[in-house]
Amino acid sequence: MADEVILLDYWPSMFGMRTRVALEEKNIKFDYREQDLFNKSPILLEMNPVHKKIPVLIHNGKPVCESLIQVEYIDETWPGGNPFLPSDPYQRAQAKFWGDFIDKKVYGPTRLIWGAKGEEQEAGTKEFIEMLKMLESELGDKTYFGGETFGYVDIAMIGFYCWFDVLEKCGNFSIEAECPKLIAWAKRCMKRESVAKSLPDSDKITKFVPELKKKIGIE
Amino acid sequence: MAEKEEDVLLIGAWASPFSRRVEMALKLKGVPYDYSDEDYLVTKSPLLLQLNPIYKKVPVFVHKGKVLLESHLILEYIDQTWTRNPILPQDPYGKAMARFWAKFVDEQVTLIGFRSLVKSEEIDVAIKEAQELITYLEKEITGKMFFGGETIGFLDMVVGSMIPFCLVRGWEGMGIDMIPNEQFPELNRWIEKIKEIEIVRECIPNREKNIEHMMKIVGRIKAASKTA
Repeated sequence: MADEVILLDYWPSMFGMRTRVALEEKNIKFDYREQDLFNKSPILLEMNPVHKKIPVLIHNGKPVCESLIQVEYIDETWPGGNPFLPSDPYQRAQAKFWGDFIDKKVYGPTRLIWGAKGEEQEAGTKEFIEMLKMLESELGDKTYFGGETFGYVDIAMIGFYCWFDVLEKCGNFSIEAECPKLIAWAKRCMKRESVAKSLPDSDKITKFVPELKKKIGIE
Repeated sequence: MAEKEEDVLLIGAWASPFSRRVEMALKLKGVPYDYSDEDYLVTKSPLLLQLNPIYKKVPVFVHKGKVLLESHLILEYIDQTWTRNPILPQDPYGKAMARFWAKFVDEQVTLIGFRSLVKSEEIDVAIKEAQELITYLEKEITGKMFFGGETIGFLDMVVGSMIPFCLVRGWEGMGIDMIPNEQFPELNRWIEKIKEIEIVRECIPNREKNIEHMMKIVGRIKAASKTA
C-alpha cells in the first residue's frame, strides 16, 4: 500500500524546513501544501486544533505535530538509509537535548533581532551570539553535530541558516566573524541535496521580513 | 543506598513534578537509585550548577557517570536502558502522540494554567482558557484506563506528576476548582486510578506542604510581574 504523506507548511519557517529536510533525506514522496498563516485553512485547523501551527505532517490521514517530533517520527517510520538519531540511548538523549536547546534558547532571540528595536534588539543579538557559540562549541571540529553523518541536530539547526543574512542586517553583526566553524558547517550541509531543496534563498527571506513585520503590525 | 552496579543518582526536588516523574519510572522498573534533594527556592547546590550549567534545574540524572538532563529525555533513556515494564508505545505514531501531549502539558498547560493565570487580571477568563486546554487531555483519556493504555506509561507519569500532584495543589491554594468532576469525569476517574498504584503514591508530595510551596511560587510570579 502506498504511503500518503502530506506536509502543511509555510515556506520561510525554519521549523517546516526541518521536516522537509528529513523527508528529502529519506527520499519520501510528499505532497507539500503551502499554508496562509493569516487565513488558516480548514485542514490546518482540523489537523492541528491544539496549536493551529505549521508544520503538520499527515501520514496516511494521521497528523503528527511539532517539527522535532516529526523528524524523530520520520526516522522511526522509515528506518532505511542513515538514521538521524544514534541507537545508543545516551547519545540519543544528547542529540535530543541539543534539538530542544535550539528550540528553547536559539529561536527566541531571533525574533527580537528582526522584530524589536533598540535595547531589546541588542539584548536579542547578544543572547543569540552566546547561544550560537554554545552550539559551535558542541560541534567542535566534527563534520556534523552527530559526527561523520548528517543527523537530528543538523536537521534541527540548518533552517536557521537562510535567516542569517537578515539577522545580521537587522542586528548589525557578522555571524561568520563570531562563529566561523558554524558557518563552515552550514555550507557543508547546503551541499546536501535534501538541504538545498528545502531551504529558500537567503535573499528571499531578507525581502520577506519587512513584509512580515507589516503583516503582524510592527514597524 | 544504590547498588553499585546500577550507579544511578537522581538530583531532584521533593516538590518538582519533573523529578517526581523520573522517580516513578525508576520505581516502576525496579531500578535502585541514590537521591539528592535540592531546596531550589532557597539555593542551588554546587553539584547541580556543575552538572546543569545551562539550565541550572532539576532533575539531573547520572548513570555510570553519564549526565542526563530534561525530564522527558531522562524518561526515554530509562525506558531504553531498563526494558522491563516499558513506558512508551512500540509504534512510531504512538510515541509521537505521547511526546506531543507531554510537551503540551509541560509547556502550554503550565503556562496558561498557571504562570499566566497567576498574573491575570481577569481570573475567570484565565480559568476558562486553562480548562479549554485541559479538555484536550479529557478527550485523550476517554475510553482508556491510562494514557498509556492498559498500564501506566510515559504520559501518565508526565500528566500525573504535573496536574493532580502539582498544579491542582497550586489551584487549591488559590481557591480554584480547576477540574471539577462534572466537567472532567474521565480525568478525575484516571486520577483515582493512578493513586491506587503504589509506585505513583510513593511519588506524591505531601499535600499541605505542596500547597504551601506552590503559594510561595505564586508569590514569586506575582512579585516578578510587578517589577517587570
